[in-house]
Amino acid sequence: MLTPKARGPLSAALLDALHGTERPSWDDLAPADEDDLQLSLWTLYELSFRGFDDVDPALEWDPHLLDLRRRLERPLEARWRERAADVEVGEPFADGLMQLIEDDDGPSLAAVVQRDATREQVLELLRWRSVYHLKEADPTSFTLPRLPVRAQAALAALQYDEYGGGDPARLHRHLFALGMSDAGLRPDEGAYVDDAPAIVLEQNNALSMFGLHRRLRGASLGHLAAFEATSSLPSRKMASGIRRVGLPDSLAAYYDEHVEADAVHEQLAVRLICGTLVEDEPETRTDVVVGAFTCLDLENRFAEWALERWAA
Amino acid sequence: MTGAEDQAEGPRARPDVVLCPGGPMLVFGDLVVEDAAGEQHRTHRPVSAVCRCGKSASAPWCDGTHKALPAKLRP
Repeated sequence: MLTPKARGPLSAALLDALHGTERPSWDDLAPADEDDLQLSLWTLYELSFRGFDDVDPALEWDPHLLDLRRRLERPLEARWRERAADVEVGEPFADGLMQLIEDDDGPSLAAVVQRDATREQVLELLRWRSVYHLKEADPTSFTLPRLPVRAQAALAALQYDEYGGGDPARLHRHLFALGMSDAGLRPDEGAYVDDAPAIVLEQNNALSMFGLHRRLRGASLGHLAAFEATSSLPSRKMASGIRRVGLPDSLAAYYDEHVEADAVHEQLAVRLICGTLVEDEPETRTDVVVGAFTCLDLENRFAEWALERWAA
Repeated sequence: MTGAEDQAEGPRARPDVVLCPGGPMLVFGDLVVEDAAGEQHRTHRPVSAVCRCGKSASAPWCDGTHKALPAKLRP
């Protein structure tokens, strides 16, 4: 993929640095707005995934760029922690975590897709979702070598399923790419980043930040638990809505797969991954809650944003 | 290191079947489930969730429907 379009002075300066044309001083630059901030951080994180065709791969570990990444991460992490500050989870922890997720009553985009959304709106949602679905499961893989044995074994089982049980034809991000292609959308990673609103980039940045920092392994797994446990029932609605507006069956099949897969994954993630992690490393408890709440909170904010846009 | 204690003792082997409170039964590995009608279903993922609430539209596999049930109707 190629680097995205700048959205303000900071992302413009960052792109200059990535293309090797400038070495800006970050002291003189601040993000102009949420778009400029989230896009800059998203771009920095992508260096640790499959990178950009127009950027030197060595820049992944460039201290000057890591300095900027840290400057952007700190206030964002503080924001997410503050929003989650009053969240309480009862004991036993796994039951309390499942309850927290079930009690979330934010707006459901999947319900709108099932019943009311136009074909154009469904396609728009797929373009926004593609920023994550085309790298599905990847951020959480960074957490795997940082875990005690029980959580590690369970996460390996979950990720193995995400990665198609070793069969590329069943790999989840590949299933999504096939569906995108059949729907006449671009299946290549990052194709629609320029269309993604700041809130979608923030969702992706949460996954990447939690995944890339060992310190935040609890948040990474809490996020995973909330993500998986809010997927089965909405995936059935997505599949039904996709068929209703006449989009290809391969795209609906991606969501069909998630009905059943995520009914397994939510139990693995909440009980065998987060539950055992908090037993083995009690100091991760707060971060598991922060990660789970951040996932729910960002999805709710995204859904509100999208519904407002579609209502206009 | 954190977590060293359980590693030193050796973690317990995972069970083959895990009953999830209020939810499905997780089964590990490749096996065949025979449903109430006598029809056989082979698992097709490393871990599978077998419906226990009786309301799944993907029976015998769990589809998360138990979450839409009131607490007293859950397994």
